[in-house]
Amino acid sequence: MTTATVLEISGLTLDLGGRRILGGVDLAVRPGQVHGLAGESGSGKTMTGLAALGLLPPGARTGGRIELEGTDLLTLPPRQLAALRGRSVSMVFQDPSTSLHPMLSIGHQLTDHLRHHLKLDRKTAKERAAALLTQVRIPNPREALVRYPHQFSGGMRQRIAIAIALACEPKVLIADEPTTALDVTVQAGVLRLLRGLCDDLGLAVLLVTHDLGVMSAIADQVSVMRHGLVVETGPRGRVLTDPQHEYTRTLLDSLPGRSTV
Amino acid sequence: MRLSLLKRLPPAWRRPLAVTGGLVAAFWLVIVVAAPLLAPHDPLAQDLPRLAAPGAGHWFGTDELGRDVLSRVLYGARVSIPLALLLVAMSLLAGGVLGACAGFFGRWVDETVMRIADLVFAFPTVILAMVVAAALGASLQNAVLAVLVVSWPSYARVTRGLVMGLRNREFVLSGRLLGFSAWRSLRVDILPNVLGPLLVLATLDIGTATLLLSGLSFLGLGAKPPTAEWGAMVADGTQQFDKWWIGVFPGLAILTVVLAFNFLGDTLRDALDPGTARTIGAEKERVA
Amino acid sequence: MTPHPTAPLLSVDDLVVQYHRPGAPPTRAVAGVSLQVRAGEVVGLVGESGCGKSTLARAVCGLTAPAEGRITYAGTPVRPLRVRRRAPALTGVQMVFQDPYGSLNPRRRVGAQLSDGIRTAAERGEAPDGTSPEDLLTRVGLPASAAERYPQEFSGGQRQRIAIARALAARPRLLVGDEPISALDASAQLQVATLMRSLAVESGAGLLFISHDLSVVRLIADRIAVMYLGRIVETGPTAEVWDEPRHPYTRALLAAVPRPDGAGVLPAELPGDVPDPADPPSGCRFHPRCPQVFDGCDREEPQLIAGGVACRLYTA
Repeated sequence: MTTATVLEISGLTLDLGGRRILGGVDLAVRPGQVHGLAGESGSGKTMTGLAALGLLPPGARTGGRIELEGTDLLTLPPRQLAALRGRSVSMVFQDPSTSLHPMLSIGHQLTDHLRHHLKLDRKTAKERAAALLTQVRIPNPREALVRYPHQFSGGMRQRIAIAIALACEPKVLIADEPTTALDVTVQAGVLRLLRGLCDDLGLAVLLVTHDLGVMSAIADQVSVMRHGLVVETGPRGRVLTDPQHEYTRTLLDSLPGRSTV
Repeated sequence: MRLSLLKRLPPAWRRPLAVTGGLVAAFWLVIVVAAPLLAPHDPLAQDLPRLAAPGAGHWFGTDELGRDVLSRVLYGARVSIPLALLLVAMSLLAGGVLGACAGFFGRWVDETVMRIADLVFAFPTVILAMVVAAALGASLQNAVLAVLVVSWPSYARVTRGLVMGLRNREFVLSGRLLGFSAWRSLRVDILPNVLGPLLVLATLDIGTATLLLSGLSFLGLGAKPPTAEWGAMVADGTQQFDKWWIGVFPGLAILTVVLAFNFLGDTLRDALDPGTARTIGAEKERVA
Repeated sequence: MTPHPTAPLLSVDDLVVQYHRPGAPPTRAVAGVSLQVRAGEVVGLVGESGCGKSTLARAVCGLTAPAEGRITYAGTPVRPLRVRRRAPALTGVQMVFQDPYGSLNPRRRVGAQLSDGIRTAAERGEAPDGTSPEDLLTRVGLPASAAERYPQEFSGGQRQRIAIARALAARPRLLVGDEPISALDASAQLQVATLMRSLAVESGAGLLFISHDLSVVRLIADRIAVMYLGRIVETGPTAEVWDEPRHPYTRALLAAVPRPDGAGVLPAELPGDVPDPADPPSGCRFHPRCPQVFDGCDREEPQLIAGGVACRLYTA
């Protein structure tokens, strides 16, 4: 718990077309921890995740700081930001069927990344790609390299997307609703994988999800967002069993199994 | 004052091209209505010096029969623009109805309509229009019919695509489950939702229709002399290359009409379907 | 009331629904399913993507034509809906769709769309009960003034309430919900689900509620049917299925649901993925992923026994 934070967002504000989307968000993500960001549609949780990657919609005006290992992403020139993105911080999206390039083989997508960011030669890159697929538990990784995204199931595709995100050994992984598009039995596997990566690699994970069940399963810290503000932050057990904020309580009460049991 | 008026317009209509398109189109529509009041001469009267260069009294010059080019250009608007509008309306109606039936009923209706459309598409537009015009005889009326024959399929195709997309949308199915007849489903659930895109297509097509009609007249298959028609006037101009004003002014008239309606169509499209770039952020947030 | 109180309102018998793709053998999305829904009963049909639950729902409403088997509603065979308008007798079956953004006509006022449903009930010969669109909106928890507005002005949850109101306006005797809550915010899901249940039960209608979310279905269904790859693998009273799941798939499904208890328990993983319905495994369709697979499961396809489970563990 005393480990230094790797990603620290402080007082982040974001205005888009005259509308305030984020009204001062504070978050601290530590290595080896999953930090859950909960909230309903329009709460600003996705925008916070994108901002942590330095990906902002055109015309967005920001304030505050997003510090990744001491560097403020908001003031970084675009070139350096691009170099950082994918290298130190990367992202997994909700829908693995649209985040992978449909016309390129898995191997191609993985090695491209490695060769671009790490300047590896073709052979080493291929070795590393196979190792990555093993790490996310894709069966027959060497065969998988020559296959295309549509040849995999949704769960496998999400694992591949995670492998690509991990390719350059980032410090921080932003996972935006990574299991929402998956079936529960498949979701369980991906959640286990994410938790394992976090524990084994010391990865800091910012998990954006609306599903408090998912949150409860793998997050260490939980922040609840509403209307562009973090209303409550705390350890998972406390936030989910003894919420301090009225809104968190409302969210929990609306869940099946809470209100009636 | 003028700026504040502009600001009141929706964003898509505020851009320079939209304003230009709107102003030019409005300019031509005024001329269509008021040509007799604005024209300095009778467009058919051959009472001016022949082949006079533009100057006082005849600002656009005169043609080889001593007719005032300016008056003929102004009167020409009364021929080309209403006909183009009529033509587009007819294509929209014919193509829309056929395409909607093809898309909604599918099966043999779809097969029949779309194969005929493909057949028309397979011919070069102008040549097919020429064949039809030549077969029916040269007259403006027949030129309109000829262009109608070649222009309805694009409406049919677009309408069919839109209707097929909508046919399985949940609100259309809900209506069908409530016992809507096919006709009611088309009228109430489908038609209002395809009208916008079709209107865009129609607006963009006004320019094309003007061009096609003038083209047929240019080739001698449309307006008969001495009618003041832009295409026919450009054709006259080609006989007298050194007397540039005979062909250039009607040519410019065609150009401005085509451009104006294209700008308007683009604007209408943007207004009905605001660019994706601006909404991506909001969309993403809505999904999350 | 129904002429035969004991006869089920909806009876699906050995239903097979196939999809044809050019250049491929037909996919049996529903591969022999029998299911009954009685008046006033809420049946929850659960399963994961690709199990055929939505296809079954569409077939019940006549939106998809069956390849084999029979669907009977109140004694009338359900005919697939084609170009001809739906038979008035069948408008007693209404559906609430998944996508609240697609299920209302964006260009018509809410009131007009609700009036369509009221007219449907009248055309079926129901005695007029003076229900207005405003009454319906109030019943689903929306202000009566919503009738004057357009669908875009409402949130997903509110739209789904409007869609429910429109289906109810037709005074259905069977309401089918095809994943009606999966596109909604977590806080709206349970509200909408319980609303559907109470409105259906109040009016004496049956409700076939399709969802992948067992934790919600458990709270509103009287009976649960679990589907896997085109077949029903287990069915029974909700409490029984929830407390004592018998089929290994039902058990895995229940164990995989993460619970928001703050305990940090990772849900149990079910190895493998749902197979391609176009090429289902031999024998029991679940056997390649089944933790309790034993000799013969790959050859012999278990049938749903009287006890409500289709698994060889319970026939031997």
